[in-house]
Amino acid sequence: MVDFGFGLVPSSRINLDLFDKDKYEELAAVEPDVRICMACGSCTAVCTAGKFSTTSLREAIEDIKNAQPTKALELLKACQLCGKCSMVCPRGINTRHLILSIINTYSIK
Amino acid sequence: MTPLFHLLAAQAADPEVIDRIPSGYSHFVIPFTIGITFMLCWIGVGCIRLLYAIPQADRLKFWKSLFLPKTIVKNLKDLFGDCLLHVKIWQRKPLLGYMHSAIAFGWFMLIVLGHIEVALFVPARLNVTRGGLFYPIFYRYFVWMNPGHTTLRGSFFFFLMDFFLLYVLSGIALAVFKRFRSIVLGMRHTTKPSFADRVALYSLWMIFPLRLLAESFTADLSGGSFLTVGVNHFWHFLFGDKLWFTPCWWAYSICLGLFFAAMPFSRYMHILTEVLWILLRNAGIQPHHPRKGVAEAEIYACSSCGLCLDACPMNVQKKNLKYSSVYFIRFLRRHNEKKINAIADKCLMCDKCHALCPVGVDAPALRRAQRATVNNALPYDYSYLASAVSSGQPSGHGRVHSRFAAAEYGLGPAAVPETALTESKSPRVLYFAGCMTHLTPRIIKSVDKVFKAAGVDYVFADREGGICCGRPLMLAGRTEAAAVVIEANKKMIEESGCDTLVLSCPICFKVFKEEYHLAGIKVVHYTQFINDLIISGRLPVQKKEQKLVYHDPCELGRGCGVYFEPRAALNQLGTLVKASKEYDESICCGGSLGSLTLDSRDRSKISEASLDSLLANDPETIVTACPLCLKTFSEAVSNVRGRDINVSVKDFAEVVCP
Ligand code: SF4
Ligand code: SF4
Ligand code: SF4
Ligand code: SF4
Repeated sequence: MVDFGFGLVPSSRINLDLFDKDKYEELAAVEPDVRICMACGSCTAVCTAGKFSTTSLREAIEDIKNAQPTKALELLKACQLCGKCSMVCPRGINTRHLILSIINTYSIK
Repeated sequence: MTPLFHLLAAQAADPEVIDRIPSGYSHFVIPFTIGITFMLCWIGVGCIRLLYAIPQADRLKFWKSLFLPKTIVKNLKDLFGDCLLHVKIWQRKPLLGYMHSAIAFGWFMLIVLGHIEVALFVPARLNVTRGGLFYPIFYRYFVWMNPGHTTLRGSFFFFLMDFFLLYVLSGIALAVFKRFRSIVLGMRHTTKPSFADRVALYSLWMIFPLRLLAESFTADLSGGSFLTVGVNHFWHFLFGDKLWFTPCWWAYSICLGLFFAAMPFSRYMHILTEVLWILLRNAGIQPHHPRKGVAEAEIYACSSCGLCLDACPMNVQKKNLKYSSVYFIRFLRRHNEKKINAIADKCLMCDKCHALCPVGVDAPALRRAQRATVNNALPYDYSYLASAVSSGQPSGHGRVHSRFAAAEYGLGPAAVPETALTESKSPRVLYFAGCMTHLTPRIIKSVDKVFKAAGVDYVFADREGGICCGRPLMLAGRTEAAAVVIEANKKMIEESGCDTLVLSCPICFKVFKEEYHLAGIKVVHYTQFINDLIISGRLPVQKKEQKLVYHDPCELGRGCGVYFEPRAALNQLGTLVKASKEYDESICCGGSLGSLTLDSRDRSKISEASLDSLLANDPETIVTACPLCLKTFSEAVSNVRGRDINVSVKDFAEVVCP
């Protein structure tokens, strides 16, 4: 796709070639639950932090899979680890550990 | 009859005890002396290192605490109760308590009495340069009782020494037995000993039988009482006059030496470290690091007794045994970083191991410190909190403040002039639901019903959704992030001008009580608040025909020590039956936010175990006082397969106002 270097809205282009498989496997090794998210958005609906800022676990997981880990990190920075999302997740995902693991794996240390 | 006093005086002329070996030395003492010297040096260096690692302010606090009368009394009480008599184990498992106290107290008395004997009969030998290190231990070998001159005092000591030796031997017999059949002593799981543990363990088992052997061989020379003399006669009967005692004394000394040499590397280090840990604990010093300073005393005070194995709710599955506190501490000792982190993250932080630990090792606190080493530095951004708190400000105040109700309930003290009440719009009672309660709106509804029924005028702090209390962040080791959240909530509460803060979530309750330091504001859990309402007659209740069982939520019971109020209230509402494990032994519902890595399958196994305990006496309703327990149990009850459970799960407030 041609990039003209400007646009009316921020680019939402996803380039899957940038997907870092090793990092993803590293994450899946510490928290395998990342694989089973079905993007239902229940977590986002109840999110404590989401009421005041733009944060969404669903979106963060998507961002990881769409090779945009920086976006995911930005979203998860607001999380208060309150655990509401883990209570409602229909897939029984251990969301708090997933959030910690994403931050831990993708942050530049 | 000659008075005792004269008897005592008479013995001065004819010595009762004669130095059989004037040099006061024999080669067999070498193994023991080497062992004990090594151990004492190790301890000395360790203590200095440890105290050096503690922050200056804490160190000062520690020295000061040693001179405060209050802590002195507590120290003495704890040292005798915990280190020697093992009162805490007695209370739970009498036979196990007997075993521990027999070995600890019995041995202690043998050492003390041995020294007293030397001090009385050959005082010069107490001098370190004249063998003071080993002489009192092998006293019986070195002396000869002057026949016919044994006084009452001497026999009294002979009797005591034999008595305590028998006492220790009975403890050892139980310990050996326990290794093979632990369930008899009330333990389902025992720890796996490491190599040094084994060396120390087997030499400990051997020490006292060998001591009996050695002392019984010498009993006709150096005296003894019912036990040693009796055994001595038996030897004479068996072997005639050919009694070779030197090998026995050698073996006894070697075993002692081995034990002390292995001690610093084994669990038996706890015998001495426990003393330091109790002093530090009573001085109120908190660990700042999972491995250094106070924490070091704490992890070496763990006796690997394994009581935390049976305590831990994770251990309903055998595969989780390795995540127990005892192994966490063992790996901390060995600096095994990888395993330490895995274990630290698994735990539910239910605090049961801490509550039941005979030494009071606060393993959950160490785990939090360990998690902090990994998670505290992770980035966070709570800049939105500034606006969050103002929008979460009490605004949904549905009712007009009634000064009538306030005065009657005693919320506004009667002495407050009326004008003050009318003028200030400030709420007196603030209710903070918290995240988890918002997920279970039935609690909010019932709490509202209760407050209305009792005419309590309250303000709902986070009706429109507030922010988290900070406890989940703290449990995950993100102390700095938690401090930001806490600060924001604190500001909101202080600005509300309330004087009582009511919480329906024990997780919030714990952190509000311990970390918020809200001056002039009473922080209460709704079970306490409602119980007060019932007692004061503000809330009329009716006893119904219903069989209730109460589940102690971890953070409320063990966490904050609230056991009595919810039960008192429930007793007014129905018949309260017992769970098989309750109070500080209550089993976590499995939903705890404490665990970071436990998955849903493991959690449901824990929920089942907890349900089993609650259903022991066929209740109709399980009552809990925590939104997380409520949700977990509600789901667990419907999920238990292959069983016919007919029980409803209700929140405390729902039972009060159905
Ligand atoms: S744990 Fe984080 S992501 Fe989940 S509901 Fe709470 S604030 Fe939102
Ligand atoms: S609730 Fe669970 S399954 Fe649904 S989007 Fe969130 S993490 Fe994924
Ligand atoms: S932590 Fe406490 S209960 Fe557990 S093994 Fe150590 S001393 Fe025993
Ligand atoms: S806090 Fe609870 S879950 Fe954690 S080790 Fe102790 S008993 Fe087990």
